[in-house]
Amino acid sequence: MPTNHILPTRVYYTIFAILMLCTFATVLIAFFDLGPLNAIAALTIAVFKAVLVVLFFMHVRYSTRLTWAVVAGGVFWLGILLALTLSDYLTRSWQTFG
Amino acid sequence: MSTVLLPPRHYLNDGYGVRSWLLTRDHKRIALLYLAGVTFFFFIGGAMAVLIRLELATPPGDLVTDETYNKLFTMHGVMMVFFFLIPVIPSVLGNFLVPIMIGAKDLAFPKINLLSWYIYVVGGLFTLYALISGGLDTGWTFYTPFSTVASTTNVIPAALGIFITGFSSILTGLNFIVTIHRMRAPGMTWFRMPLFLWSTYATSLINVLGTPVIAITILLVAAERVFHFGFFNPAVGGDPVLFQHLFWFYSHPAVYIMVLPAMGVVSELVAAGCRKPVFGYSFVAFASLAIAVLGFLVWGHHMFVAGESVYSALIFSILSFLVAIPSAVKVFNWTATMYQGAVSWETPMLYAYGFIGLFTIGGLTGLFLAAIGVDVHVTDTYFIIAHFHYIMVGGTIMGYLGGLHYWWPKMSGRLYNEGLAKLSAGIIFIGFNLTFFPQFVVGYLGMPRRYHAYPPEFQVLNVLSSAGASILGVGYLIPMVYLMWSLRYGRLAGSNPWGAVGLEWTTSSPPPTENFTETPRVTWDAYEYPASVETDVA
Amino acid sequence: MLPEAAHHHPAGLAHQFDNLEQQKEAATLGMWAFLTTEILFFGGLFMVYTVYRSSYPDAFAAASHELVVWAGTVNTAVLITSSLTMALAVHAAQLGQRRLLIVFLLLTMALGCVFLGIKAFEYYTEFVERHIPGLNYDFEPKYFRNAQLFFSLYFLMTGLHALHMIIGLGIMAFMLWWSVRGVITAEYYIPIEISGLYWHFVDIVWIFLFPLLYLIGRHAH
Repeated sequence: MPTNHILPTRVYYTIFAILMLCTFATVLIAFFDLGPLNAIAALTIAVFKAVLVVLFFMHVRYSTRLTWAVVAGGVFWLGILLALTLSDYLTRSWQTFG
Repeated sequence: MSTVLLPPRHYLNDGYGVRSWLLTRDHKRIALLYLAGVTFFFFIGGAMAVLIRLELATPPGDLVTDETYNKLFTMHGVMMVFFFLIPVIPSVLGNFLVPIMIGAKDLAFPKINLLSWYIYVVGGLFTLYALISGGLDTGWTFYTPFSTVASTTNVIPAALGIFITGFSSILTGLNFIVTIHRMRAPGMTWFRMPLFLWSTYATSLINVLGTPVIAITILLVAAERVFHFGFFNPAVGGDPVLFQHLFWFYSHPAVYIMVLPAMGVVSELVAAGCRKPVFGYSFVAFASLAIAVLGFLVWGHHMFVAGESVYSALIFSILSFLVAIPSAVKVFNWTATMYQGAVSWETPMLYAYGFIGLFTIGGLTGLFLAAIGVDVHVTDTYFIIAHFHYIMVGGTIMGYLGGLHYWWPKMSGRLYNEGLAKLSAGIIFIGFNLTFFPQFVVGYLGMPRRYHAYPPEFQVLNVLSSAGASILGVGYLIPMVYLMWSLRYGRLAGSNPWGAVGLEWTTSSPPPTENFTETPRVTWDAYEYPASVETDVA
Repeated sequence: MLPEAAHHHPAGLAHQFDNLEQQKEAATLGMWAFLTTEILFFGGLFMVYTVYRSSYPDAFAAASHELVVWAGTVNTAVLITSSLTMALAVHAAQLGQRRLLIVFLLLTMALGCVFLGIKAFEYYTEFVERHIPGLNYDFEPKYFRNAQLFFSLYFLMTGLHALHMIIGLGIMAFMLWWSVRGVITAEYYIPIEISGLYWHFVDIVWIFLFPLLYLIGRHAH
């Protein structure tokens, strides 16, 4: 493991600038009616921002494979929760609540 | 036999005051604190079971009212599931053994380990308060909308107690994961670890990945009751079935939190009892991980009749069948280990045999329940009750008692009375089967769970079950007596009474506070039994 | 998740570890494992949100429209900035620049307080506009029932997020105290690093909450 991996501060400032730009973009896009693309754009930008924070602010890009595995595991298990629950809601032939 | 002496300095005589226990950071002392805690809650949950079986000895609801009965089975479930079965093996045996088995001085976070015991106790007392001050009648499952809008009992204190205890599970799991990854002694590679550690590791993964979901689910129920928010309330468009999805996302894997550590214990017992390496070590190791992962993919089989979609039920049914594969791998490999082994009939091994037989019955009836057609027929009957008691009592408690007997000489430094121990193992096995086997039958005949009265034609089977429960109760009390007795009067055990291999048997009994006088260097695989082994106890 | 207090040399090394390297790896792994539990904790809420939003898209859009979008936007910027100052605090700690570390920790805490202030203002606005289910809820008749689900989720999700912010401020106050006392050194900076991981994670939760709660259906009205 590359211990005490010290990044130059300009990396942090660059990531910060990109994050701010993304925030601006996501708000801007939200004011235009793009149909289903609105949700897709908002979530894509959110995921992109989160990945930047995880990789650079949280140093995962420079961490051990174990850290990668832990992060991926958490996201994967969230995926299990979402996917299998939605396997019910997306295939109900009747609305059982509402 | 050489003269066996207690080591002059060990973890039990390293301070005697109350503070030396309540502020300890020694994982071995914390294990004993947990032992006190789980035993306490076990007997509280057991008392509820006694009252339930007394009520069911006769068909009419004559001993307790229907409302009291609802509270009895709820508190039996809550106490046993959250405060006994889930913590028992990881917190008692796991806490004691994980650092020793990997050759470490302690867990990675000793203070957090102590903290998780305090959290566990506070959570337990909160729930006990809910029990004493009015009870809870939702069943341990807290199903909505009954728990959120209808029940007038102590839902919030009980929910809070379980929420708090969840942190204890998470912190213990996290501690084990970090310890196993980062604290192994030189040479202790993953594939040299005892299988108990693989199963503890797999269990810890479930603790860490599943428990937060039950935490948020309970919080949603509490928020709905306190603030009148409407997450699961059909009146505002909420879906009660969504609660069940969230609940079982944790609570199905929770069954594997209970049984996986017991499987780990049985692997140790079988190897030591047969003087052989466990057959197919890596298969058994990976089967633990496979069960942990597959356990998260099957929760919908609790909801076949709850209104989930047909397609979803189909997917969950198929996935549920898959759990049989790693479970069967374990059972077959234990059996193969015994084949041509020097099979012992000492107490720990008796429990291992009991586990293998009872877990097999519990597991195979689980296959019935994974099949949608059968499940619809027996949902909410005593068939289900019998099935999960075969896993949880026949599996987990058998594994726990086997492990407790196997490692008791290590924990206490002394031997218990082998004759009494064998007797009580036999009583427990007979009492257990007499209690729960009739429930398969009466459930298949159609007797529903959670009622305090039943038609007279079910009485014979219910009386058998109640009689079995009283035998089982006696079986659980005897070990309490002779284990306590052995603490003072038992013969000294010496460091390795079973002639077993494994790092825990290389240090003294009881071990010193720092576990090993010098950090061990591991150059051997797990279960390297020489052709013949001399035990150091005649 | 804080490492054991200093008893032995080197400073900060707890008895159960062989060296600081092992301790650092254990602490980092412990924090990441803890953050995994947080993913699943908030994940349960995202699950509930997903199901109800896909069931009642119009009611959710109408309810979302009632939130103060500029406040949410400003708060997003505030939190991202606090993540920057946090990252710079870790950087300063790694280099052993104590004064800079203290300055950045103070800035991070100040930004956290600004966030909570704006959040309190929003809650007050929702209260005035009678959007709190179970307390004073009212809404246009067409979406009266289902919009309650949105607001219930809004208050629980942002409320739990705010609670995490408050805990984060507590951790930062602790870190500030350690930094002032000189416990934190270029050799033993791991407490700052893992506290930073927590802070960034809380930021990430908001990165998702913001579009899901404030921006859906923004265009519709």
